[in-house]
Amino acid sequence: MTLFQMTKTVLKSLFTRPATLMYPAKPAKKTANTRGHVKINPDGCITCRSCQRKCPSQAISVEVKEKTWQIDQMRCVVCAVCVDVCPTKCLTMDNQYRPAMTARGGVETFTVAGPKKKEPAAAPADGGVKPAEKPKE
Amino acid sequence: MSKQITIPFGPQHPVLPEPLHLDLVLEDEKVVDVIPTIGYVHRGLEKLVEKREYTEYVFIAERICGICSFIHSQTYVQGIEQIMGLEVPERAQYLRTIWGEYSRLHSHLLWLGLFADSMGFESVFMNAWRLREHILDDLEATTGGRVIQGVCKVGGVRKDITPEKLDEMLKGLKSMEHELTDLNNVFLHDSSMKHRLKGVGVLSKEDAYYLGAVGPTARGSSLAIDIRETGYGALGKINFKPVVEHDGDCYARCAIRAKEMFTSIDIIEQCIKKIPDGPVDMKVTGAPNGEYFSRTEQPRGEVIHYIKGNGKKNLVRHRVRTPTFTNIPPLVTLLKGCELADVPVIVLSIDPCIGCAER
Amino acid sequence: MMELQTITPISVGEVVAKAEQAKKDGNRLVQIGCTKIEDDFEIIYVYDKDYKLTSYRITVKQDDEIPSISGAYFGAFVYENEIHDLYGIHVKGINIDFKGTFYKTAIKHPFSVTITKEGDA
Repeated sequence: MTLFQMTKTVLKSLFTRPATLMYPAKPAKKTANTRGHVKINPDGCITCRSCQRKCPSQAISVEVKEKTWQIDQMRCVVCAVCVDVCPTKCLTMDNQYRPAMTARGGVETFTVAGPKKKEPAAAPADGGVKPAEKPKE
Repeated sequence: MSKQITIPFGPQHPVLPEPLHLDLVLEDEKVVDVIPTIGYVHRGLEKLVEKREYTEYVFIAERICGICSFIHSQTYVQGIEQIMGLEVPERAQYLRTIWGEYSRLHSHLLWLGLFADSMGFESVFMNAWRLREHILDDLEATTGGRVIQGVCKVGGVRKDITPEKLDEMLKGLKSMEHELTDLNNVFLHDSSMKHRLKGVGVLSKEDAYYLGAVGPTARGSSLAIDIRETGYGALGKINFKPVVEHDGDCYARCAIRAKEMFTSIDIIEQCIKKIPDGPVDMKVTGAPNGEYFSRTEQPRGEVIHYIKGNGKKNLVRHRVRTPTFTNIPPLVTLLKGCELADVPVIVLSIDPCIGCAER
Repeated sequence: MMELQTITPISVGEVVAKAEQAKKDGNRLVQIGCTKIEDDFEIIYVYDKDYKLTSYRITVKQDDEIPSISGAYFGAFVYENEIHDLYGIHVKGINIDFKGTFYKTAIKHPFSVTITKEGDA
């Protein structure tokens, strides 16, 4: 009869610290790669809408005319596809989770800079200058 | 003549990780007949192919199940690559195999904890899950997610691992080996565990083959069916042997999973030694046109994804046949003739993942 | 890297005969899957032996009846009940017949209809 196989482990864990963490009183352990939530730097956005097209859960919506960028944090699955496709790298993945909510909400709206228009060159010889950068469709 | 009564088991039960309902027909504590019912977590994920393109569908495929999530996404991506005839870079194949074996380690440790909990042995449950935290830390540090990795894509993987990190991961696994041996000793050599597991729920080899058992349920009855032998991903270049036991009872199924953890560590070690340098993804254009059955080995058995495309961005059909779905008929056969107190142990010994089974 | 996979089309009457033949050859049942293409339904039976797949395909319409192979393979009842509940195709002679209560969904036979909600892309 081989009994008490567990004794060695039980005695060891009597004399060591508990393995659990008092979250959320203490912060959760995170690494550099952890996907927490999406953050935007509004000055860098050119409203190209690549993030809106690539988002698999359709959490991002961009209005070009009003120059707003909106994300529904509750629909976001933090897959980081928007971070990868953004051409100006204004989206970053922060490594802290967003806190839990007790009421409906989670929609964040930002006003963004929009596409930059180049100044038309002064008095061209052939006349007729169109704006250099149009918002991409 | 004894009377027959019917007792419902589940869907809420302290022992079951996921909802499954069984109607047990009893005669004086012995189970005579079983009628299973599933359908409590049916989400209809396969219908979403109509709404999402095939590149975005990876994120849906990996959310079919939380425990076996990485291997679902790997199987789906592999199927699309076979239809489109893409040659994935070698480094991506090795990385996928490494993450797949990590996934298997964490799933087996999770199962060992739940199995002990079903017998009332809570300290082993806590200990197994404490060891599992080391695996999840490594997964989080390299992919960004503990449970849902989100790192596979059509044409390769999205993240790379530096050689220093690979060495660190290997050292961590090696130092965990003696703790895993201690854990296995409790399951395999303790008399009280053996008393509850030996001779309970015996599945013969004939029954296992023709009822469609896969994974450790089949390997516990002397059937050496392990899809990793077909050599998908980087497994064609790795030497390993599937673990097979011959008794067909709950003890054999438990022993297989306990020993498979060491096989996984061995596979990871071989992969890390052989991994080549190079790119980790490739450019993908066009859409899949054709059909294919993509098969891999999940911790619970053989999973098969049937993918059919017709040249448009949305697929026509994506059907997933998960191992738990096909292990339900053997479960019905196993439960006949056992005692009522053994029912939780037998149900957990096939490793039910009902979220996978119903999608 | 993977072997070439072929799916052989057969007629509805041959389904049971092919199942018995596969069992005699020592194959195991892997899956029975259904696909909806326009107005037809394709059902594929997949068998496996030593990691080699053998598959058969039949094409039926919504009101056709197909025979069950649970005489040869006891475990086929899960697949056939699922096909009945999701697609509405009637399967005759299943050994454990749930009669439509295997999956309880809000809309009957959900995979055979395409429904779009307002405002969904």
